[in-house]
Amino acid sequence: MAALPNELEALTKAFSGHGIHEQALVSILGKWQPEERKSFRKGSPHFFVEDERNFERWDEHHVRLLKHEFVRFKNAVVLWTMHPWERDARLAKEALKKGPQYSYGILIEISCTRSAEELLGARRAYHSLFDHSLEEDVAHHINGSERKLLVALVSAYRYEGSKVNNDAAKSEAKTLFNAIKDANKRKPIDDEEVIRVLTTRSKPHLQALYKHYKEISGKNIDEDLNADLRLKETVQCICTPQKYFSQVLNTSLKRDVDKNTKKALTRVIVTRADTDMKEIKEEYNKLYGVSLSQKIEDTANGNYKDFLLTLIARGG
Amino acid sequence: MATIIVSQNASVHEDAQALRNAFQGWGTDEKAIISILGHRNEFQRKQIRQAYEELYQEDLIKRLESELSGDFEKAVYRWILDPADRDAVLANVAIKKAETDYHVIIEISCILSPEDLLAVRRAYHCRYKRSLEEDVAAHTSGDLRKLLVALVTAYRYAGHEINERLAKSEADILSDAIKDKAYNNEEVIRILSSRSKAQLIASFNRYRDEHGTSITKNLLGDSDVGTLQKALHAAIRCISDPRKYFEKTVRNAIKGNGTDEDALTRVIVTRAERDLKDIKELYYQRNSVSLDHAVAKETAGDYKAFLLTLLGKED
Repeated sequence: MAALPNELEALTKAFSGHGIHEQALVSILGKWQPEERKSFRKGSPHFFVEDERNFERWDEHHVRLLKHEFVRFKNAVVLWTMHPWERDARLAKEALKKGPQYSYGILIEISCTRSAEELLGARRAYHSLFDHSLEEDVAHHINGSERKLLVALVSAYRYEGSKVNNDAAKSEAKTLFNAIKDANKRKPIDDEEVIRVLTTRSKPHLQALYKHYKEISGKNIDEDLNADLRLKETVQCICTPQKYFSQVLNTSLKRDVDKNTKKALTRVIVTRADTDMKEIKEEYNKLYGVSLSQKIEDTANGNYKDFLLTLIARGG
Repeated sequence: MATIIVSQNASVHEDAQALRNAFQGWGTDEKAIISILGHRNEFQRKQIRQAYEELYQEDLIKRLESELSGDFEKAVYRWILDPADRDAVLANVAIKKAETDYHVIIEISCILSPEDLLAVRRAYHCRYKRSLEEDVAAHTSGDLRKLLVALVTAYRYAGHEINERLAKSEADILSDAIKDKAYNNEEVIRILSSRSKAQLIASFNRYRDEHGTSITKNLLGDSDVGTLQKALHAAIRCISDPRKYFEKTVRNAIKGNGTDEDALTRVIVTRAERDLKDIKELYYQRNSVSLDHAVAKETAGDYKAFLLTLLGKED
């Protein structure tokens, strides 16, 4: 007896997206006889391949992907239970192993969205876990213009008070404006003053600078930095973190993104659930016209989905 | 080893009262101030400040600032602060100079343990409402800025594990940079500012094994030595042998015409409870005269009396 089409569809969905719909697998797959499973194999050419020796074989690539999906819930749980310092240290280490495309963004995210003490804690944990300092590994693994930016960002211990020297913020906004204007002569990321301001000034100072910049340029500084992704991310993480996180979440929830981009969903929700999740949800809704919970409901599966929804529902 | 002679039986309240008495009336009894504060360790000094505040609703430090003057006042002010706060003040003074006194920044960032450096950065936040690195960066430029900011923001791994292969490869990188006179090489700054001290000392040792001379000697080989070279030289010396570094600092502060009181005060006040004894021994070996003797010859008045007390002179 062939498998019912709606069951086939449910099963395909159970295996796709973020995480696995464990319950569907148990209730549908668990009761299927050999013929139903055979029709599943024959009816799912993206999961199974016709072998020349007359049997249907699991596509190896897909089995590997499945492994990641099954383990997504476990990873979220482990990350959630970790001390925030260990969490950030491990995220940083993993990022360094993954190479430029993923590591730079995550390092910027960690160093710019955590408080000065949280970043310090992560650096301490890094010592304990890896017997090296974070900055030494970042410097060792990264070369070129980005190295200066990233080493300075992870080493910062910014002043956390609210006192801001408005004149300095205004004049530094002008400095950045000029540096960005002259981008064809020298890339802003190679400009010492740009690096100095972005990596040493306090967050309130930079937020004041963000306002002054808009008055000078008419546009926001991150919009003017479109040509310089890392500087753009830096500014966004410091000045408009909820917008930044909403964008990262949105990308991670798209269909057919690679496994590293998908991991951002767990990372952002677990690391922000205790801080600014409420504001991120509001910003997400504003930007994309749909609630984050709804989007997660549509895209994620099973225990993983329930876990994420529970995390983001905390605190309203 | 420390040089100050600490009185174990001191009563904090008696000390506070005695200091108050020293301020009363015409003039100030500087001798009393020296004989009390010069014989108290950092914990006792902190308690005396608290007791004074409780008894007289006045900040002892502010009172001392108003009662004393000149080099003596500067020395007592630095002495009475908590070590982290003191270093924050020293750093700020160094930064605010027309030409940043990079030696102070290098001393603080390279000699202190990673946790102590962190404490200085916190104290700096508290006192100046800005981060140490933002001020260093805003007052310096170019290669010196890169080096100094990297050094003050470092949070080095504090363990003793070293990687021999890395020590050799990084000794080679340093060696090539020195040979090519490429002192602003980013790798040089990366290595010196991020590796653990144990790892760096291993590299410096490998360098000496390869070349027969120490890296610091070869670094200053030129006749025309630039600022960055001098700064790198100071950093390496501070990392590998702080006491020798301080002996030289103090020797330079005293010799020749005039005395660099800032440097002299800085070394004596910051090391009196740590390793001033070893520095004195090195000084004697090098100069065949005791540091006490040299200081007595080159300074005068209350300032001199205070320094000699910190150096361990018995009353």
